Amino acid sequence: MSIDLREKLKGELIEQLNLEDISPADIESSAALFGDGLGLDSIDALEIIVLLEKEYGIKISDPSAGKEAMASIDSLAAFIEKNRK
Amino acid sequence: MLGDGDELFSLAGEEFAVFAKAVYKSLEIDYPKFYKMSNMCKLGFLASEYLLKDVNIKEKLVDRSRVAIVLACKASSLQADIEYSKTMGEIPSPALFVYTLANIVTGEIAIRHGIKGEELMLVQQEYDKEQLSDYVSTLIDEGNTDFCITGMVDYDENHHYFADVCLLGR
Repeated sequence: MSIDLREKLKGELIEQLNLEDISPADIESSAALFGDGLGLDSIDALEIIVLLEKEYGIKISDPSAGKEAMASIDSLAAFIEKNRK
Repeated sequence: MLGDGDELFSLAGEEFAVFAKAVYKSLEIDYPKFYKMSNMCKLGFLASEYLLKDVNIKEKLVDRSRVAIVLACKASSLQADIEYSKTMGEIPSPALFVYTLANIVTGEIAIRHGIKGEELMLVQQEYDKEQLSDYVSTLIDEGNTDFCITGMVDYDENHHYFADVCLLGR
């Protein structure tokens, strides 16, 4: 899996989700994005879905697949690598 | 920013985003959701934050289910509406969409301070303190409300903003 993609994703999430005062170095690739990890919420999940479609051409049609993909930066990057157009 | 006529914070000549961030930092709180709010919500959040950090006021608000929030605005959520509409050409932004209602301001304040009483956001052509005061008095007289955060929070499409909040009570 591309390290560059993970770093790119971190930057995109910081911008898309208005994560002020957070740098890519602050986000561990394996850490949970939701709940205790980065503390994202359901609206952030929707914004990530928008990001996936806009930047990577990936539409999420299965909610459970989306939930699994968004567990962490690692899982999100893997999902993108597998499904990007 | 003034509190009972005393200057609480000042930062001249800066656009709202810079001013709001500076006010937030001066409060020394950790509430990352602030950065996701619309400008109108940020304005209401900051005004209520200063109001409720007063220890004397905090001590009064024991039962938060008996605290109401009754605010007024002029421009409603128009500035947020415009920002949201810009995204509609591609994929509409959910994070902007949630702020396209004026009463989200009262909701954000309620969430932050655990307030569970009545919430209302009026749209007034001009700031009418008497109308607000009359409504709040009725709420208190009805017996379900002990205190009410009230006043005006307004942010218009030309980035002019104004907030004037106070706590009314028994």
